[in-house]
Amino acid sequence: MEDDLTKPIALMNDFIKVDHFNFFYGEKQAIHEISMDIPERQITALIGPSGCGKSTLLRNLNRMNDLINGVHHSGDIRIAGTSLYDPKVEVISLRKRVGMVFQKYNPFAKSIYENVIFSLRVAGRSRRKELDETVERALQSAALWDEVKDRLHESAFGLSGGQQQRLCIARAIANQPEILLMDEPCAALDPLATLKIEELILTLKKQFTIVIVTHNMMQATRCSDRTAFLYMGRLIEYGETMQIFERPKETQTEAYISGRFS
Amino acid sequence: MSEKSTISQPFATTGRSRKGEPWVWLTAAGLTFGVLMALGLFILICVKGVASFWPQRIELLEIKGDTTRQIAAGIPSQERLRKDAQGVEHEELQFFHGNRDLQAEAFRYYDRSQIVRSTQPQEMWWVERSENGTAFIFPKQVESDGKTIQAGDPAFEPTLDRVLKKGREVRSRLRQIERKEIGAISREMEALNRAERSREVAPGLAAERRATLQQEFERLQKETAEMRAELAKSRLLGSSADGREMVFPVETLLNYFPSNRAGFFERVAEMVRRMSNFLTEDPRQANTEGGVFPAIFGTVIMTLVMSLMVTPFGVIAAIYLREYATQGMLVQLVRICVNNLAGVPSIVFGVFGLAFFVYFVGGGLDQWLFADKLPTPTYGTPGILWASLTLALLTLPVIIVATEEALSAVPRGVREAALACGASKWQMIQRVVLPASMPGILTGVILAMARGAGEVAPLMLVGVVKLAPSLPVDGIAPFIHPERKFMHLGFHIYDLGFQSPDAEAAKPAVFATAMLLIIIVVALNLTAILIRNRLKKRFAVSSF
Ligand SMILES: Nc1ncnc2c1ncn2[C@@H]1O[C@H](COP(=O)(O)OP(=O)(O)O)[C@@H](O)[C@H]1O
Ligand SMILES: [Mg+2]
Repeated sequence: MEDDLTKPIALMNDFIKVDHFNFFYGEKQAIHEISMDIPERQITALIGPSGCGKSTLLRNLNRMNDLINGVHHSGDIRIAGTSLYDPKVEVISLRKRVGMVFQKYNPFAKSIYENVIFSLRVAGRSRRKELDETVERALQSAALWDEVKDRLHESAFGLSGGQQQRLCIARAIANQPEILLMDEPCAALDPLATLKIEELILTLKKQFTIVIVTHNMMQATRCSDRTAFLYMGRLIEYGETMQIFERPKETQTEAYISGRFS
Repeated sequence: MSEKSTISQPFATTGRSRKGEPWVWLTAAGLTFGVLMALGLFILICVKGVASFWPQRIELLEIKGDTTRQIAAGIPSQERLRKDAQGVEHEELQFFHGNRDLQAEAFRYYDRSQIVRSTQPQEMWWVERSENGTAFIFPKQVESDGKTIQAGDPAFEPTLDRVLKKGREVRSRLRQIERKEIGAISREMEALNRAERSREVAPGLAAERRATLQQEFERLQKETAEMRAELAKSRLLGSSADGREMVFPVETLLNYFPSNRAGFFERVAEMVRRMSNFLTEDPRQANTEGGVFPAIFGTVIMTLVMSLMVTPFGVIAAIYLREYATQGMLVQLVRICVNNLAGVPSIVFGVFGLAFFVYFVGGGLDQWLFADKLPTPTYGTPGILWASLTLALLTLPVIIVATEEALSAVPRGVREAALACGASKWQMIQRVVLPASMPGILTGVILAMARGAGEVAPLMLVGVVKLAPSLPVDGIAPFIHPERKFMHLGFHIYDLGFQSPDAEAAKPAVFATAMLLIIIVVALNLTAILIRNRLKKRFAVSSF
């Protein structure tokens, strides 16, 4: 990690490469031939109507869909050149590099402290000093430190919804992943909490490559650098957020962002 | 109700929706009936249980038959109506006399019309002794150290109190010698015999050691004989209601209570004393008197050991069933079998426990580890370990079902979050799913404990006895004796109520024991519930 600072920053434009990817839930095809390059340390938003396959695509980036019975895929997804489906790649090591935040905030039935360091614990790291530092750093990054620093050992369930979601973000970034996946992270929150999380996402961009699913077009314009519009499992349009929202090339995109269907 | 709308009413106005349907009443009646039954049972047991400790006033009755005149002292226990051969009804009073050494039956019915006088003489005493049960007497004199003090002398009761205290001390020392020291000698003798048989010690050495042991034994016997002789020097003399002389040597005299003279608070204090004796003492008189301490101890230990065995086993089984096994026909079948296991009559588990744990496992252990003691079995005979294991098996389905339910109630989101943090499946289960389902698992443990603590039938086959000579945990190395037989409150109730030579005399003890069993089961449950609630509070489910 240290030598990152000395290296000249050469960010990859195809840090995550989705390559002719198809995905099936049993017989049902949820993703059709999607190919897209997601650049490093930028925020990429996935938008589209309900059931269009945003979550499915996102959850394939850390192979979360493996848990579901009867799924299969074709095509490939590569992160920094390594295929996720390479038999030599261990799912656990992949998930250590790719953090995830879910739609419904889901802290564990543990203290705030233990929630944050969960990924370190499962990695077998338990040096007190490292844990303490991680908790402070992650909570600072998640803009939660000042609110909870006096109650680190209380139950996470005592926090408000927005705080719980920020705790989940802290938990996802505690083990310093490279990629952060967010599946509608504000869907269960009130507007104020949403605003806070959006600010947070913008600051996180400096360290992480972020892929965010959102239902909220305003959110996509406020937060993201690039936007992909999905419809019925297909990638309809993908480009700079400004371009997608101001000069969409496809009629379906235009219909969607102007609210003619959802 | 009488207000009328100006517009016509298009809806039915029969009022059924307001008054409730008959079915609602039926279900409410069913619930009420059930609650009343349970409450009635509980209250009856508690009232009778507490009443059995209350020091009632002693009545002195004068009974005049056609030709006879009789004086009797005791306490009224119940009433009945009896029809004689001519069809005339007699109102009869059941009366507890005690004084079993003077008359065969401790209880007797008297015709109410024949009782001509009933008084409560101030000076009557209620006397407790370790043989022949309760006595009701007029105290006469106490003899101690060659001195005789008459009743009425101000030094009478203080002297008696001193004598009783001395008696208690000497008795406990006697028990210590007989149980521990003489027991230790006989155990060493046995070990010596075995060692000699297997030629581990030279015969000469063995004979020498045996001689010292024999000497020690004789010394102890002499000591106890002296102590007994010392005890015999003190005694209480009194007379029964009908004037017969009664002698109470200190060796068997436990306590006295001047019930008729005592005020309310003294009687309450006496009741508390009787209750604490009931909780802390060994049973006497074929279990109808004395305490139930060994039974409490046995019940609690057995229930705890059972819970300790069944919980990890059941939880592990449930984890495999719910989290690892591929959900299909086979798993469904296993699940059905587990549920049906809960419906198997408990005596069947007893038979299984006897055949498998006692004879097969226990017998095997004996062959392997305790071959030198055979044919005397060590583990190949019913005992508390086998009883706990049998009950663990019996309550296993409860734990499995509860755990499975608790596991499946853990939301998918939490599981996915754990995996997304790089946890393996086992880490996810161990660190996230199990803690989250702890309250549910504990509910299962509570149910299992309640079921296990109240079970009697299987225990009769695998280790419970009416009178256990020693506790399963005591001060004799190796301190924990899982092979020992034990007493159990549930079995104690059965034994008192149905196996006792004097069912009437056992009745109060039955109620008291039943009350105690209920209290213990409730206490065990409350403890578990408290633990569960603390867990729940710590990890209160997030509100959306
Ligand atoms: N576990 C699943 N099993 C079967 N079908 C699924 C499953 N999850 C999602 N789908 C289907 O896949 C499609 C895409 O779903 P999803 O990716 O959740 O959509 P989005 O997140 O864009 O609303 C939907 O038609 C949905 O019904
Ligand atoms: Mg979705």
